[in-house]
Amino acid sequence: MSEKILEYGMLPKEKFEFAHSGEKLTDQKFEDKPIGYFKDAWIRFRKSKASVVAACIIILIVIYAFLIPIVFSDKAGLMVVSYAKKAPRVVSLRRPGFMDGGSDRDFTEKGLIKVLAMGIGAEDYDGRGVSLEEGMASYYQPMVKVGEGRITTTAGKKETVIYSGRIDTYLEVGFIYRNIEQQEYNNIRAWEEETGLHILYPLVADNEWNVDATDANNWYKTKKSNPVTIDENGKAKTIAYEPGMMLEDNYMRDAEGNPVYYVYAGGGTMDTALYKVRILYYNYYRYLYGSEPDFLLGTDSQGYDLAFRMADGIKLSLLVAVCVSVINLVIGAVYGAIEGYYGGTTDIVMERVSDILSGVPFVVVATLFQLHLANRVGAVPSLLFAFVLTGWLGTASRVRTQFYRFKNQEYVMAARTLGARDRRIIWKHIFPNSLGTIITSCALVIPGVIGQESMLSYLGIVKLGTAETTSLGTLLADASSIWTNYPHLMIFPALFLALLMISFNLFGNGLRDAFNPALRGVEE
Amino acid sequence: MRMAKYVIKRVILMFFTLFVITTICFMMVRLLPREMPQEKNLAAVIEARWEALGYNEPLLTQYWIYLKNIFTEGDFGTSWYITFRQPALEALTSRLLPTIIVNLYALFFGIPIGIALGVFAAIKKNKWQDSLISTAVMVCVSVPSYVYAFLLQYFLYFKLGWLPLQMYSLADAGGSYFTPKMFHSIIAPVLALTFGEIAGLCRYTRAELTETLTSDYMLLARTKGLTRGQATTRHALKNAMVPILPMIIGSFISIMGGSLIIEQIFSIPGVGRLYITSINLRDYDIFMMDSIFYTAIGLVGGIVVDLSYGFLDPRIRMGER
Repeated sequence: MSEKILEYGMLPKEKFEFAHSGEKLTDQKFEDKPIGYFKDAWIRFRKSKASVVAACIIILIVIYAFLIPIVFSDKAGLMVVSYAKKAPRVVSLRRPGFMDGGSDRDFTEKGLIKVLAMGIGAEDYDGRGVSLEEGMASYYQPMVKVGEGRITTTAGKKETVIYSGRIDTYLEVGFIYRNIEQQEYNNIRAWEEETGLHILYPLVADNEWNVDATDANNWYKTKKSNPVTIDENGKAKTIAYEPGMMLEDNYMRDAEGNPVYYVYAGGGTMDTALYKVRILYYNYYRYLYGSEPDFLLGTDSQGYDLAFRMADGIKLSLLVAVCVSVINLVIGAVYGAIEGYYGGTTDIVMERVSDILSGVPFVVVATLFQLHLANRVGAVPSLLFAFVLTGWLGTASRVRTQFYRFKNQEYVMAARTLGARDRRIIWKHIFPNSLGTIITSCALVIPGVIGQESMLSYLGIVKLGTAETTSLGTLLADASSIWTNYPHLMIFPALFLALLMISFNLFGNGLRDAFNPALRGVEE
Repeated sequence: MRMAKYVIKRVILMFFTLFVITTICFMMVRLLPREMPQEKNLAAVIEARWEALGYNEPLLTQYWIYLKNIFTEGDFGTSWYITFRQPALEALTSRLLPTIIVNLYALFFGIPIGIALGVFAAIKKNKWQDSLISTAVMVCVSVPSYVYAFLLQYFLYFKLGWLPLQMYSLADAGGSYFTPKMFHSIIAPVLALTFGEIAGLCRYTRAELTETLTSDYMLLARTKGLTRGQATTRHALKNAMVPILPMIIGSFISIMGGSLIIEQIFSIPGVGRLYITSINLRDYDIFMMDSIFYTAIGLVGGIVVDLSYGFLDPRIRMGER
């Protein structure tokens, strides 16, 4: 060891040279860019994964709410009354139990035959008679699957056979009666010719075998709504559900025995005369809208596509929330700035005013505004007023605190000595310091507004359910009494509401942490 | 002495605020067009009563009568549509009990669980237990309570059939709010309310306790030789409770207001439901009564919370500038 040092000590002199000979030594310029307040916040915001994910979800939801209805504008406003409250269904994706618009139900034998008969009847468009096998294989067979019958005893009386089955609720609409003009009749016939599909089906005879003349699905012979066959002697025999079941049609026929497809229903001239026809609704939908009924999230209680309806609701919620937070920001900033900057009597008086306002319960304000203004300016603007009336209080008090903190600092005094006016000191020198707090409170106002808005519309205090506008709360309120039968009506709006609230809260928390100077440099 | 002065000042200010709000509310409500019932006889009776009660006088006279009735007879107006000619105050107080019961149960279950979870999360800070609890709390705080209410109804009533869909009426449950049958029907709304309670309290407790756990006196306590558990329960928890207790006290007062939405969903005959009904039926005297009640609760709650800080923590001096 010591030998080595000796060795180094004996290095020749010419091997040494001055490190910085000939160079001018100065401070080096910073290579990287300075990190400002907002950049620092952004860097710290990026580190919080949950907030970034939340921000992405928010962007996706915004795209969903604003772009999807524009892209699919031809379908967005569609309301199909016959297909109200239907479960999600996508033809290209459907499997039994998934996206098939299905619903699991129990059927009595009578009910089972009635559903099966829709599929059979759909094949029997010319009255030639169709067997159960053909009917079961039909594309229009509503029954997706049917289990073995089981015997149950009802209330100690007689034994009945119950079949559990799954039914396509879109095909379950089956046949309906419509009164159409001759022009449309011809159009439908032309469409049928072109596509090879059937819309118009023979009318049902109005006789003793037709129990309910308004129900177009009653096309086979029935007695007390039990399906029957009639033998040569005119005797009726009840048909049971079995593999070889054959229903006897009850079509209206002309003198030659050909089925009748339309009858005159009223109206004067050639153009306006209406004819009663019996149509298969599924194909009629195809004829009207050019595609099979595809509803990714099902339809709502009125027959709108739930996906578009929810997009409308979310759009409204977001617009209201953003408007409210911007207006509150402006009012709160100005109010808080004046309070905090001038202090003294101004502050005391203004604080009293905001004290009184903060004592008013929000529901009461919202209700009063709705009762007074909803008829005059509409439900949404009066809702906005209610939010604005008390919403800015939080921002104002935060800005006020910031002003108290900064108004006596040296740089403010310096500015004042240099002759800056009050307005300049407020907005140029002090206000930027409170920007971070304001932005944060703004981000947390949004989920609050969305929550309150959906609560008010759920309770019916604010009535938002028109053709153009709706709200998630209104959708939930519509679903509230019927959703045990149609769970999708509740599940999807509730899910989207929860998603919105969670992501906005996470996003807001992320912003708050990012803008909080106390957390700068703290690594967890 | 300073304390008493501060309290008196706050109370006077509270009454002033209450008075201003009541006045504005009254004017707004009486300016609304009144709706008559369809039935002719009833309409005539109501018309006559209104005339006699001075509802057709000028607005300021009406307000004077209203205030006079409140102070001399404790008469806050009359219900016309919900229960015909029942005094508004009575209509309100008769609905207080169900609201308070449901919310008390919710607090009864929510407070211990919420604090326990919060303490647990704070002790296990940044471990998986903490992240699990924090995530659950985040979800529970964000999701509106009626979404839980739906989920509870869906699973506990519709799928499993354990609980009734809605709260039983007094007659169905045996004439009292304290029968086992009534309790059975209250479970679902209580649960729906408890989620939010637990989540809020848990989040707050965790935040406060993590702060105290890292403070200097905790280090001192450990150096003195206390075990971690001893130091936590004797020093950290006590200090963390200072801001938590006022919050709990505040929620005890605000339970009287009830939850509008939960009462609506589970048809609890409480104050919140009375409010909604009064709006739907345009029973404005009841609406007025409810508004005053809500305002008063909010104001009283605020004062009690502020004062309780001072009582609980001697370091905080009331009324100091």
